[in-house]
Amino acid sequence: MTGRKGMTAISIRTALVVAALLTSAPGFAKYQPEVVVSDPYVDLHTGPGRGYPIFYVAAQGDRITILKQQTDWYKVRTPRGKEGWVNVDQMTSTLDLDGQPIEFPTYGVNAFSQRRWTFGFGAGDFDGARILSADLSFAFTPNISADFVASQVLGDYSDGYMGTVSIVMTPWPEWRISPFFEIGTGMIQINPQTTIVQSRDETDEIAHAGVGADVYLSKRFIFRAQYKRHTVFTSRNSNEEIDEWSAGFSFFL
Amino acid sequence: MVSRIQLLLVGTLAALLQAPPARAADPKDLELEPLVVREPERRDVKVDEIDSEDFEIGAYGGVLDVDNFGSNAVYGVRAAYHITEDFFIEGVYGRSELGETSFEQLSGNVQLLSDDDRQFSYYNLGFAYNILPGESFIGRKYAFRGGLYILAGAGSSDFAGDQRFTITGGFGYRFAATDWLALRVDVRDYVFDSDLLGKTQTYNNLELTGGLTIFF
Repeated sequence: MTGRKGMTAISIRTALVVAALLTSAPGFAKYQPEVVVSDPYVDLHTGPGRGYPIFYVAAQGDRITILKQQTDWYKVRTPRGKEGWVNVDQMTSTLDLDGQPIEFPTYGVNAFSQRRWTFGFGAGDFDGARILSADLSFAFTPNISADFVASQVLGDYSDGYMGTVSIVMTPWPEWRISPFFEIGTGMIQINPQTTIVQSRDETDEIAHAGVGADVYLSKRFIFRAQYKRHTVFTSRNSNEEIDEWSAGFSFFL
Repeated sequence: MVSRIQLLLVGTLAALLQAPPARAADPKDLELEPLVVREPERRDVKVDEIDSEDFEIGAYGGVLDVDNFGSNAVYGVRAAYHITEDFFIEGVYGRSELGETSFEQLSGNVQLLSDDDRQFSYYNLGFAYNILPGESFIGRKYAFRGGLYILAGAGSSDFAGDQRFTITGGFGYRFAATDWLALRVDVRDYVFDSDLLGKTQTYNNLELTGGLTIFF
């Protein structure tokens, strides 16, 4: 009997530990600032989305604690201990404890033209083969950025990988449809399909010039369409010219 | 006495003549010295430092049915970034093994593929849309966030030793046990073309998986 009791005690303790682990986020020391509601009220939703019901309102003058953020929503705790999610549109009207306005991130064409990090992926045509690309770009200024692209080429007779780095010039970053020009270089590796016995794997240097346009959609989304003309410096006598057409989506941080 | 007063006057005059008149005329010196203001400690809110939970990573396992090659266990990892409350992007990488085709089973010892080529793996990157977000209830006391999402993407599959361009589409359900822990069930189709069995045909590979993810 005692043994069984001991077992129950242990399992209850384990359950408590598991419960504690589940309820506390796997975090470190948390930064949880307090802000003051300056609008007549802010709505607290039960979840981070516009459709989640409003179950409470924090009134003007209430000090609310910001616990965390998911997308455009901030989880807050009111002085009465209610926890709920407030949209960034309502958070922008809160003040810090000194009565100063707080800058919450909002997005628009201005943020689009001032963006620093952009991540995107796309697909397209690479001389008759399919190409899949993921790219990361960093803007030194609104006009000049560096773009790192990793691609996979999938053809009927061969497939391969390509990695390039380019310098991108954006003459009119403030335009909603913003053209850009780029030049870059990198490496390409081509492997013939196993069903067709052909030449061995080949790794070559590659350089390209390209033109395209970024279209700012909304929030943090960009649509990108572009054309690149690649020159492959093959080990054979002649270089190979390859046209790449692609389109994809990106978003910025 | 007189001489002492005279001396004092002369001294004062000399002092006045020497220093101030020239300086007083200089407008620069009319500017105030910077005031030392004791500011109360600033209590700025650093929005960047607020704990954000826009990333989601996790692992999953389930069943993948590769056209012609039977149903086999599949397992993989995924990483997602939630851009808005509606959209997220997600990358997955999964591995499975190809079973035997019915032709291989019927004909005895014929093997279409080497053991190496039977390893199947895929990766893809896609956009997902939370189509039916909502709350689920367990009894009277507990409400959990969750919802249905649909997803479309593109990637590559390592099928029978070749890389095949792959389109994927599907839907899934996310059940958020807490703000940062979610259970997921996903149904996906991976579509690619291959000429492995003679003529080029389109392969539809259905997958059913369950998994856990954490938000951070």
